[in-house]
Amino acid sequence: MSSNEFYTLKVNGTEHHVSDAWIGESLLYVLRERLGLPGSKGACEQGECGSCTVYVDGAAVCSCLVMAASAVESEIATVEGLNADGTLTDVQEAFVSEGAVQCGFCTPGLVMAVHHLLDQNSSPSELEVKEALSGNICRCTGYGRIFSAVDKVVAVRKGVRS
Amino acid sequence: MNTVKTKRDVLGTSSLRPDGAAKVKGDFAFTSDLHAENMLWGATLRSPHPHAQIISIDTSAAWKIAGVECVITADDVPGQLTYGLISSDQPVFAKDVVRYMGEPVAAVAADHPETCRRALAAIKVEYEVLPVLFDAELAIGDDFAPIHPDGNLVRRQQIIHGDTSVEGDVIVEGHYVIGMQDQAFLGTESAMALPDPDGQGVQVFVATQWLHEDQKQMSACLNLPPEKIRLVLGGVGGAFGAREDISLQVHTALLALRTSRPVKMQYGREESFFGHVHRHPATVWMRHHATKEGKIVKIEARFVFDGGAYASTSSAVLINGVTHTQGPYKCPAAIVDGYAVRTNNPPCGAMRGFGVVQACFAHEGQMDKLAAAVGTDPVSIRLLNAMETGDTLITGQPVESVAPVARLIRETNEIPLPPDLSLNANELDLPGGSGITAERKHIKRGIGWGVSIKNIMYSEGFDDYSTAKCTLSDGKVTLKFATSEVGQGFVTLAPQIARSVLGVTDAVCDTIDTQIGSAGSTSASRQTWMSGGAVDGACRLVRERLFEHVGALNNIEPIRFAIEDDEIVDTAGTFRMSVIEASQGITISETFEHHHRATEELDENGQGNCHVAFAFVAHRAVVDVDPELGLVKVVQIATAQDVGQVLNPLSLLGQIEGGIAQGLGLAVMEEIIVQEGRVRNPSFTDYLLPTALDAPVVVARMVEEYEPQAPLGAKGVGEPPCISVTPAIVAAIRDAIGKDIPRCPVRPQDICL
Repeated sequence: MSSNEFYTLKVNGTEHHVSDAWIGESLLYVLRERLGLPGSKGACEQGECGSCTVYVDGAAVCSCLVMAASAVESEIATVEGLNADGTLTDVQEAFVSEGAVQCGFCTPGLVMAVHHLLDQNSSPSELEVKEALSGNICRCTGYGRIFSAVDKVVAVRKGVRS
Repeated sequence: MNTVKTKRDVLGTSSLRPDGAAKVKGDFAFTSDLHAENMLWGATLRSPHPHAQIISIDTSAAWKIAGVECVITADDVPGQLTYGLISSDQPVFAKDVVRYMGEPVAAVAADHPETCRRALAAIKVEYEVLPVLFDAELAIGDDFAPIHPDGNLVRRQQIIHGDTSVEGDVIVEGHYVIGMQDQAFLGTESAMALPDPDGQGVQVFVATQWLHEDQKQMSACLNLPPEKIRLVLGGVGGAFGAREDISLQVHTALLALRTSRPVKMQYGREESFFGHVHRHPATVWMRHHATKEGKIVKIEARFVFDGGAYASTSSAVLINGVTHTQGPYKCPAAIVDGYAVRTNNPPCGAMRGFGVVQACFAHEGQMDKLAAAVGTDPVSIRLLNAMETGDTLITGQPVESVAPVARLIRETNEIPLPPDLSLNANELDLPGGSGITAERKHIKRGIGWGVSIKNIMYSEGFDDYSTAKCTLSDGKVTLKFATSEVGQGFVTLAPQIARSVLGVTDAVCDTIDTQIGSAGSTSASRQTWMSGGAVDGACRLVRERLFEHVGALNNIEPIRFAIEDDEIVDTAGTFRMSVIEASQGITISETFEHHHRATEELDENGQGNCHVAFAFVAHRAVVDVDPELGLVKVVQIATAQDVGQVLNPLSLLGQIEGGIAQGLGLAVMEEIIVQEGRVRNPSFTDYLLPTALDAPVVVARMVEEYEPQAPLGAKGVGEPPCISVTPAIVAAIRDAIGKDIPRCPVRPQDICL
């Protein structure tokens, strides 16, 4: 970016114009404060907690660590993009039904992380789940119900296939 | 959720969160997600020094920055210059002196967070650094000049009970140290204030634990009547005690009133570490006297709680600590001396467990020492001394609560131990986890125990009542209360109560705000009991009126009616009618205040019925330790918890597992490092929280014994899970390596050096 007056971000398949933005704004800030997409949460500003997880060109990243203006050529997907048709995804359903949600601040980031994991690995081991989610901090649940939600999705998806 | 409910989600079912769908979609509005037209951002300038005189503050350069709309300091506070939960000793802005690193000195409102940062950098504050009182022991007595007009001692409380001349056949003694833990909720402090057009009032959306207490303190500082400060609960991203005190409430409202524009403030993570109180670091000395069989005959103890620069709830934390000295064990005599002191360290106050965590860490260390001294094991020594209903505490208070301590220990002990660590275990399963540093052959396994007693509700004569309104109309119930939903699930429970009492299916919660009486704080494991009691009471009043209405129409004495599933039935006849039909075309609304029984203040000897009720829990920890690298992996936590009646098994399990993770954090990971008053690790990079890889397997049993005192038979369940798990884990580490570790969190150097 050579100018801070105008740039375009492609988020959830839609192009958004960002104007009059300070060039130092993070992708998280622009999503939340300029594009009306507050589903991604900020909790540490250091890439430690995963609350701001989005996909940039298919990779799960902490949007607090990405400069918005550096993502102009990328396909960005946020939690808001999971429910284009208004229904919950299987991961979201399982988070609710298994009690994986308490305060819910970490939840959008975790939902993104779980989708990303299961897209890469449809049958992860317990340790693979724990490692894949270890970049997302939850302070309320102690993770037990989150693991349970992942197990449920894996089981249901397997059942559907077989 | 789009699932069809085949059963009504009454009490006892795992009813799902009504806000669950919004939360998983990212649609739920946390306070930090709120926006208003023409909104400004607020930010706070904080002291870089733990103790300093303010010589001058020059804000002129900040005012000149384009986009800056307002700069305020102590001189701009229109009302009382200080606030506080118990004593009003904390300045809205430091005026002449700063007493801790991070104390607010000024605040700005501007068009962009970056403009705010520049404005803060442009404010010139000249300080003269003062000697720092960082040693809590020095705050007792006259060794250090008072750092505050109220003095350096916040409170001292002794307990003298029973025959204090008794000496035990066996005496064990220990000094224990508990580090400063952070609540580390994920949603940092946030508020948005909308000024009234006439400038004489303000609406504030805020993430808090206690709306009415905020309103009261804000009213005094803003010099506005309480009804002119209308608080609405913004979405709350966790609390754990850290939202009980005022943080940015007054600043945000004042900036909005000054600028006549909406103002939002939101702390970043670093600022959050400075913006709220923490768990008190404490030192505890205990000496247990016992018979040669191991029966406790007397306990001597001394507590020092470092409250930091301002009082917050330190005096109540102290009382919780000293009154829980004995733990869940019989004890006929005690001599206890406790101090809560003021220092130039970060202010400390409420955190899940509230003083009992510190006491429990010490008394559980003592129980293991006692077991070793009399030649028995950790389970037997605890069973031998287990408290029962009807026992008398060292405060002279009888334990009237259900107290199934022996049962909790036995049920925990029955939970199978985890399998041995496999010889070719995945390295992620070893201590150190993803750091991948430990070697399987070095690992030693240990087992440890912790059992605790925790008071629930507020103590010492405080009437922390709760208010709720129930409105029934056309078969639908709307519940109104000011109970802060911080993630614990009261918004799930309240409709369950209404469905059970009134036979409805459709029950929803209204906006949580100050347009109804206080609910008290979401703390002290009290809302299920207190606000649950208020909702239950309001629903019962509505049910009474519904029965009168239906009785009058059908010529049946209302007393003959009962609710059976979703119908009103005549228990002495054949009449039945669905509640939906019975309430068509009418609206019945009732409000109820629930008060718990009165409690007393302690006298000078620490005697008095100061607590309302108690809950108990047992934990057994299994850990793997690498003794050379000082690394720990918590493998399994087995627990049996005294919960009274189970109202929502899924929510309850969530509280148990979540509390255990926080107790694990205090055992082996979490500590705010403070050196001479300076916080060294205010970030999630340096303050380590348990991740998915640190989470142990939790095997939980809910011991269900109806609590007759409680409105719904249910005890509070929020705090107990995090209390005795910490000493259990530390005991397991001691067991693994055969070394006496007197502190938590346990650091690598405590193990390997």
